[in-house]
Amino acid sequence: MKFLLRRSIFYVITAWAAVTINFIIPRLLPGDPVAAIIAKNQGKIPAEAAESLRILFGLDDSLSLWDQYVQYWKLLFQGDLGLSFTFFPTPVADVVAQGLPWTIGLVGISTIIAFTIGTLVGTAIGWRRGTWADSLLPITTFFSTVPYFWLGLIVVAIFSVNLGWFPSSGSYDRGLVPAFDWPFISSVIYYGTLPALTIVLSSISGWILGMRNMMVTVSSEDYVTVAHAKGLSARAVMFGYAARNAVLPQISSFALSLGFIVGGTLIMEMIFSYQGIGYTLYQAVSTHDYPLMQGCFLVITLSVLAANIIADFVYAVLDPRTRQEG
Amino acid sequence: MTVDANLVTEADELARQSQAPKTGFFSTPKRRAAGKPPRLLFLRSSKALWGIGILAFFTLIAIIGPWIAPYDPDAPSQALLQPPSWEHWVGTDHLGRDILSQLIVGTRYVLLVGFVAGIAATVLGIIVGVTSGYLGGAGDETLSALANIFLVIPQLPLIIIIAGQLPAAGGLTVALVIAVTGWAWGARVLRAQTLSLRRRDFVEAARANGERSHRIILFEILPNLTAIIASGFVGTVTFAVLSQITLAFIGVTPVSDWNWGTVLFWAQNNLALQRGAWWWFVPAGLCIALLGMALTLINFGIDEFVNPRLRSTSANARSLKRRRIVPRIGFTPVVRTAHPAAPRTRKEPTA
Repeated sequence: MKFLLRRSIFYVITAWAAVTINFIIPRLLPGDPVAAIIAKNQGKIPAEAAESLRILFGLDDSLSLWDQYVQYWKLLFQGDLGLSFTFFPTPVADVVAQGLPWTIGLVGISTIIAFTIGTLVGTAIGWRRGTWADSLLPITTFFSTVPYFWLGLIVVAIFSVNLGWFPSSGSYDRGLVPAFDWPFISSVIYYGTLPALTIVLSSISGWILGMRNMMVTVSSEDYVTVAHAKGLSARAVMFGYAARNAVLPQISSFALSLGFIVGGTLIMEMIFSYQGIGYTLYQAVSTHDYPLMQGCFLVITLSVLAANIIADFVYAVLDPRTRQEG
Repeated sequence: MTVDANLVTEADELARQSQAPKTGFFSTPKRRAAGKPPRLLFLRSSKALWGIGILAFFTLIAIIGPWIAPYDPDAPSQALLQPPSWEHWVGTDHLGRDILSQLIVGTRYVLLVGFVAGIAATVLGIIVGVTSGYLGGAGDETLSALANIFLVIPQLPLIIIIAGQLPAAGGLTVALVIAVTGWAWGARVLRAQTLSLRRRDFVEAARANGERSHRIILFEILPNLTAIIASGFVGTVTFAVLSQITLAFIGVTPVSDWNWGTVLFWAQNNLALQRGAWWWFVPAGLCIALLGMALTLINFGIDEFVNPRLRSTSANARSLKRRRIVPRIGFTPVVRTAHPAAPRTRKEPTA
């Protein structure tokens, strides 16, 4: 389990780095916008909340940087990310906690769909290199170079404004009470179709291209030739020998491209006013709600780290080489 | 996405790619028989040519944009929200401003930020990647951990919180923020390749000759990394262009600087979709897609130049059929036109 141990240490360091970046940024940048906002809302912000905002944004100059840092960590362990100005007086942690499940659901489902379809299509295209299947590549390239948000705009224009098939914004029918029953779940699926479709469309080409290139490389390996020579069916060689080995880099690139996908999803939520964490970040940016911005960044980063850890476990299960000692 | 998929390659994979013959080009011309190596192989790929052509077009627009724009992009007129016509080729916005002029004037900003960020990130990536690959040991561990941390932290939210807290996030600031957050890809790939180059014979020979480290790095190792550096640079420019347009679109950067994202920002905030004003957001998006596609095509060209196995479209399905080559898995078709005595094409196994 040396592999997993090494990775765990790395993730601990990364989490620490993310928190530290979050600590440093407001202190490095010029100006004290938060101080101005606190001064403006004098009396409205409870003394305790104002105190934690001061610690989060380094407004207390009497303390040394190290003391500020220690206090900052203390606050984080209490789950205190300060007060949101936009949703005054809700704490940032609560605002973020409301948005997080929506984002995880949207990103999770659409990424799994894109990964599965993309890898299968990539396998097929890579296997049939030099045939008509190659002409699919430029089409997927087009979708990958279009920015997520523009694809989102076009999809909204076609499917909700012109055709009226799907709603253009929101994440469920506002007339419904959130509950774990069929009307609510079906409404969530109905509202989530367009955002998910856009994410799948724009992220699928990366999977196709990566898988195709790996298939091309792997298919000239000796073990594939041997499998052919043994007289195995083309299908068995393709899935059992070539694709099985070609998919490993896909999994490790999954972990690395997750941050990119999450970034795209945040933009998607802004377009569709989907009530996830990206939309929250958007509201925070447009209203200059700094505590909320910082909180969103921290939670997004930690979630991406968690997803990376899962991807590493999957990789360790799939690739026996990582489980070997030494 | 494409950028990622192209660059995600493990160390051994990279090592293998670089050993692939760089001169065994498809459909080798006859003059090669005269002993002269073909030049500008990279430009032989039609993908790369298309990419460079489109990029040159946008660069031209970026240089002469303000002079050829038909209107002042900020000047309101009486023609409010007009569809495309002869006076306004791509229509007007809610204040009667000419959208074509906004796009043309905005091109300079888009390319400038993209290239400044690309150059800065590539330089950072080379410094970190090559140093850590060449040094090895504790320095390598630290530097590559640093690069991996920046890879795992989602870049867009990081850029948003930095740019969002800056009082005035102008073009250069945005470019530098993008560079600071986006250098890690290049560093990782370069480190892997440097690791594999470090133990090659020619580097060992240089070391045995007593050459200094900086000379070995600059004159022995760096030239062999050119293709990877180039493709990393193009990838970073793509990323920078998309990021800055996204930032402008969500209104993090000042909306007074024209760029394609600013056009989309005004379109989104004035309900262009709901009003059916397609001319407001479709052309800007197509410009972005076209530029992104040009950069990706150039990257494909570089990839195919480095890894001959990926060169498929220089032999597209139809030309293969015409040459009576049946594509088979595990084989790279190589056409021997240098031997007129053998008209039948042969398939040569690589690897």
